Amino acid sequence: MATEFHNLHDLRQGTSLATKVFIQRDYSDGTICKFQTKFPSELESRIERALFEDTVKTLNSFYCEAEKIGGQSYLEGCLACATAYIIFLCMETQYEKVLKKISTYIQEQNEKIYGPRGLLITDPIERGMRVIEISVYEDRGSSGSSSSRSSSAASSTR
Amino acid sequence: MKSREYKQIEPRALPASAPPAPAAGKEQAQGGRARRKWEVFPGNNRFYCDGRVMVARETGALPVTLGLVLVTSGCFFIFDCPFLVQHLTGCIPVIGGVLFAFVLASLLRTSFTDPGILPRATPEEAADIEKQIDNPGSSSSSSYRPPPRTKEVVINQQVVKLKYCFTCKIFRPPRTSHCSLCDNCVERFDHHCPWVGNCVGKRNYRFFYCFIVSLSFLTAFIFGCVSAHLALRSKDGKGLIFAVQESPASAVELVICFFSVWSILGLSGFHTYLVASNRTTNEDIKGSWSGKSGAEETGNPYSYNNVFKNCCAVLCGPMPPSLIDRRGFLPTEDAPLSTAVEIVEMPASKNDVNMCTQGTKDLLESPSVSPILSASCPQAKPQMVSSAPPDSVPAATSSQGGRGHRSSPPDKRRPRRSRKRSASHNPAYIAPGSGLPPPLPTQATSSRRSSRKEPRRSSFTSLQ
Repeated sequence: MATEFHNLHDLRQGTSLATKVFIQRDYSDGTICKFQTKFPSELESRIERALFEDTVKTLNSFYCEAEKIGGQSYLEGCLACATAYIIFLCMETQYEKVLKKISTYIQEQNEKIYGPRGLLITDPIERGMRVIEISVYEDRGSSGSSSSRSSSAASSTR
Repeated sequence: MKSREYKQIEPRALPASAPPAPAAGKEQAQGGRARRKWEVFPGNNRFYCDGRVMVARETGALPVTLGLVLVTSGCFFIFDCPFLVQHLTGCIPVIGGVLFAFVLASLLRTSFTDPGILPRATPEEAADIEKQIDNPGSSSSSSYRPPPRTKEVVINQQVVKLKYCFTCKIFRPPRTSHCSLCDNCVERFDHHCPWVGNCVGKRNYRFFYCFIVSLSFLTAFIFGCVSAHLALRSKDGKGLIFAVQESPASAVELVICFFSVWSILGLSGFHTYLVASNRTTNEDIKGSWSGKSGAEETGNPYSYNNVFKNCCAVLCGPMPPSLIDRRGFLPTEDAPLSTAVEIVEMPASKNDVNMCTQGTKDLLESPSVSPILSASCPQAKPQMVSSAPPDSVPAATSSQGGRGHRSSPPDKRRPRRSRKRSASHNPAYIAPGSGLPPPLPTQATSSRRSSRKEPRRSSFTSLQ
């Protein structure tokens, strides 16, 4: 069933959105951007735990790199202060560069791993960096409506 | 109405179609033009230059601040500099010019930058959080009004309570606070400053700090130079009266600078202390991290316990991006409509949810206007903000969008807005919306990126 979808567009055409799973932020290290690696029960039948955890850990490491307070950010900050912050209008910050990398990574993950399993990760920046939203799709075939109803019943009794 | 506000929202219980859905879809289709997200922003902000510039709805005393800075500096350059260059040194207007440029640039950056606004939760997110809160494990009471919801996290061996924001429908991250004037949750909320007409938060704190420090230097510099000017003129027994008669503008500048320098220097000193201890005005005034065991440094879990490191983290840390994506385009309605979709994502429903109960909004706004202009900068605002209880306001006051927008003619949008408002009067009930299938996030991402980086990053769209 899942192998029928060659790309995300096909996925969208032939399926219906069953539910959305939200991975919340993990604030145990302060206000830095970090997501919980706890495996949600709704995805148990859809994807291997290791793959999911690997994705979230990679995203966490990207955000950690973006928010790292080190030599480059100091240089950026001091240069910006010296130019009365006008330089921010012309220059792309370290954070923005890493956000582009994250966007590319999520797209790759969707195409290679999550799309074939009927899942779709939304870039956290689209949700204000609050959550990683994973949309779960069900096949819209003859058994589609019944399977999504049963999966929704299963997830509501969690 | 009240009993429905906190009802658990079951997206799967929604009817497949409803009267508002085709109406909302038709309205957007009739619009034709792709709309940007700032046009439907639910907070109390105004946008200019097609979303590039944003200010709080109540500009407060920003014109006064600008006027004072421009008039005083203008008088200084016109009336005092020529005399001082002649009698002292030519460096004076250069130093004055540099300081003036810093003050103006940082003031405009502080006022027009997104302070770190958190976008409101999508309906699905809100429903997911509601589900978690109403679990049997939680201790919500069965009274007619549920208690304020909190979640506890441990940060750096310190227990921090995260409060639930009833307006934005999220659990606020640590150090985030909801500004009642702007009606937004702002990250690392410091205070709402009427003198700059905007909140001061994570993204514009460094600009604000630069503004007050450079302003205190400029004020002190002008004060010193004008005093020297008047002293030089009144030399040789001519007297101060004679000097003032010869250059009356200098007397005006002297008075303005004398009265401002104390308050601005004081404010700079206070914020230097905050920066060195990695606190916000909000936390300092609420006494979040002090008075617990006498050891203030260990009380604050965000402090690095090193003055230099704290300063670097606050002022020279990485510049986080704006989360509200004001120049991104709203999802278009050209995606194929699908009646077989069981759960519909509703990008248009955000408009429905947000554009309701304008009456309560008006009620909230009117008492909040008067304290703004009478209160001085840091003292009044945090108290007003922290005491403004978002949870006492029913969820129905999630604000109406598009009210503060100036760039587009409001008349064109008003008839559409009133239709939407009548269709959905209860924000807790998720309208079925336009029945549109969810937009492709990849398309949305690239539209967001390409719209944001239009002039210089066109190659990024090729990532699609």
